[in-house]
Amino acid sequence: MIAQLAVEIPYWGQSLLRVVGGLVAVLLPAGTIVYLFLFKMMSFMQSRLGPMEAGPFGSMQLFAEVGKWLQKEDIVPENADARIYKIAPIIVLVSTFLLVVVIPFGPDAWFTNFSAGVFYALAIGSVSVIGILVAGWSSANKYSLLGGLRAAGQLIAYELPMVLAVVGVVIQAGSMNLQDIVMAQNTGEIFGWSGIGFPFVLTQFVGFLIFMIAVQAELTQAPFDMPIAESELVSGYMTEYSGFRFLMFFIGEFATAGVFALIASVLFLGGWGIPFSWFGWETIDQVDNWMNIAGPLIMFTKMMVLTGIIMWVRFSYPRFREDQLQRFAWKVLIPLSLANIAVTAIVKVVV
Amino acid sequence: MTMLSERQQLSYIASQAADARLNVELETEGMTLNIGPQHPATHGTLRIIARLDGEQVIWAEPSAGYMHRGYEKLTEVRTFPQVTSLINRIDWLGSFANEVPFILAAEKLMEIEAPPRAQHIRTILFELSRIANVGLFLGDLGVQMGAITPVFLAFRDREYVLNLIEGATGGRFHPNFDRIGGLKDDLPQGWIDETRQVMKKLRGFCDEIEDLLFGNEIFQSRTRGIGVIPADVARQYGLSGANLRASGVDWDLRRDQSLPMAWDKVDFKVWTHPDGDSWARCWVRLQEVRESTKIVDQLLDTMPAGPVMAKVPRIIKVPEGEAWVSTENPLGEMGYYVVSKGDLGPFRVKIRSASFNNISITPWVLKGVYVPDIITILASLYFILGDIDR
Repeated sequence: MIAQLAVEIPYWGQSLLRVVGGLVAVLLPAGTIVYLFLFKMMSFMQSRLGPMEAGPFGSMQLFAEVGKWLQKEDIVPENADARIYKIAPIIVLVSTFLLVVVIPFGPDAWFTNFSAGVFYALAIGSVSVIGILVAGWSSANKYSLLGGLRAAGQLIAYELPMVLAVVGVVIQAGSMNLQDIVMAQNTGEIFGWSGIGFPFVLTQFVGFLIFMIAVQAELTQAPFDMPIAESELVSGYMTEYSGFRFLMFFIGEFATAGVFALIASVLFLGGWGIPFSWFGWETIDQVDNWMNIAGPLIMFTKMMVLTGIIMWVRFSYPRFREDQLQRFAWKVLIPLSLANIAVTAIVKVVV
Repeated sequence: MTMLSERQQLSYIASQAADARLNVELETEGMTLNIGPQHPATHGTLRIIARLDGEQVIWAEPSAGYMHRGYEKLTEVRTFPQVTSLINRIDWLGSFANEVPFILAAEKLMEIEAPPRAQHIRTILFELSRIANVGLFLGDLGVQMGAITPVFLAFRDREYVLNLIEGATGGRFHPNFDRIGGLKDDLPQGWIDETRQVMKKLRGFCDEIEDLLFGNEIFQSRTRGIGVIPADVARQYGLSGANLRASGVDWDLRRDQSLPMAWDKVDFKVWTHPDGDSWARCWVRLQEVRESTKIVDQLLDTMPAGPVMAKVPRIIKVPEGEAWVSTENPLGEMGYYVVSKGDLGPFRVKIRSASFNNISITPWVLKGVYVPDIITILASLYFILGDIDR
């Protein structure tokens, strides 16, 4: 499909484009989310102004913050397991970068067209657990340890409903390739009407809800933020981190929010596509080249809507207790998602 | 156990069973967690030593004294009028309320009484400081449980009350406005109308908090049935204020005591809750803020004219004797036992502050709970560090 592009790009050029694209796809959403939602929307909801000094309306605040963190000393506690302690935030951040590579942003704008994309995304998404657990353990701090253990329990519990929620989509699309899932949604039709394609959120609404709840837990955002729980565990597994390693955790948290929102928009909201019937496209080869530019923008819009919801919940909800969270995952979400799979499978066979 | 409701009995039995289970279970290596002295949840320097089994607390004990400022001793080297500037730093969120019982005790010894207008204004300022104090509690409650928005709303609306206190007394936090025999000044012009408007806003704030926080299922599941204190235990540990009322004890010094204050001239309800859990403590406080706004409204309507200062000698010498006066402060019963030898200053002052007794129950109530519940229980018991350590 690369051949379709007007200019032939050599292999090293493609690799370079992918690296730059990956950086942009992870860091740009993270920055936008932090500024727009964490700084401004939260302030708006709490009837205050938020940062106003750095740049117009505080728009440079993010750079000021990053500059501040980079200047700070990188402290390693004396009793900490230094090597592992230093690696932990990198594991967390790398898992985010690994996650973004399967997401298609346009007909040709993908990093890798992977036929088991859903499987890969869900598998790699849980790598960050290792980073968090290791961070909690190696810090030699009781609060960190409790935070790390809580994180491990929580992330494993919520991995399952997330996977099960996605199974419904996979059954409906008949493919695990994310590009195919996008195609299935944009070429689909509802009772013969193809005006808006067929975004899976319509039939998989339960799955979508479960997926978003699981994402919220996966990201350790309130109401599932016990691993960090600043009023109980100071800062959980991040307590001892400072300087750029803390920054890595911070970027990891918000970048992962963006990336999971991207995955959710691919799975449930039609991804980069606009309903193909508008332009008379039927297969991916007919899609015009300009979708490679428009696609990422559409994805970005959808991502902002979804992260907006994630953050909205985060700012207004108190947090669960650990056992309540586990009970919610095992007794509510998992049975619900299993029922969702059963119903989807039956309907798929019957219709 | 006979006085308890069925629900209380059940949770009481459950906590006892948790104890028994811990003893029988295989001995595993516990972990001692120091919550504090520097910890975000203690808003001050309280230290709680907790012995954990996993995340369950086996044993917990508060260790106070990190902020001890020796007020009882310091009062002995000050004259009576000077003491007020010292003691309104005890419970720093409701400072004016700290001054009142001491001044009343001194007045009791001197056998003078403030004029009716001064009593009215005192009561209004007292209730305003209750609103400033408990209003912040309502916001802080959210932050202890991870909801960050309520605290900003609380600070926003508390500002109106602080502006009122500043308008009347000149000090936002430490008014130092109460004098033996009355008040320093009369109210400024326009203050009464302003206060009426602010009270309306604060009732709106209470509704907002009730919607945002108390109506939230997660908040309810975090507080209902957590940290149950039965009425008899609450009495034994000397709990007072909203913590006692939340255990179902109908006890309010504003109503039960006859003091030269204006509470007997207004009509207000003393809210109690039968459950005795964290939810009940929070809920009772929410209702208390509402009642306070009503008290202030009624007092503004019936404000008598006249002087705000009784005739007192220029140099105040308190006759020999001993007096105990306690009032229903925002945090609970706060009292001063003043001993005078007829000098310019008190010979000895014993301060009974509410928070000190209120947190003394923590070893009992924290046993068997999980770490996250430590925070909600402490938050619902509501202490101010200055009020514990003095």
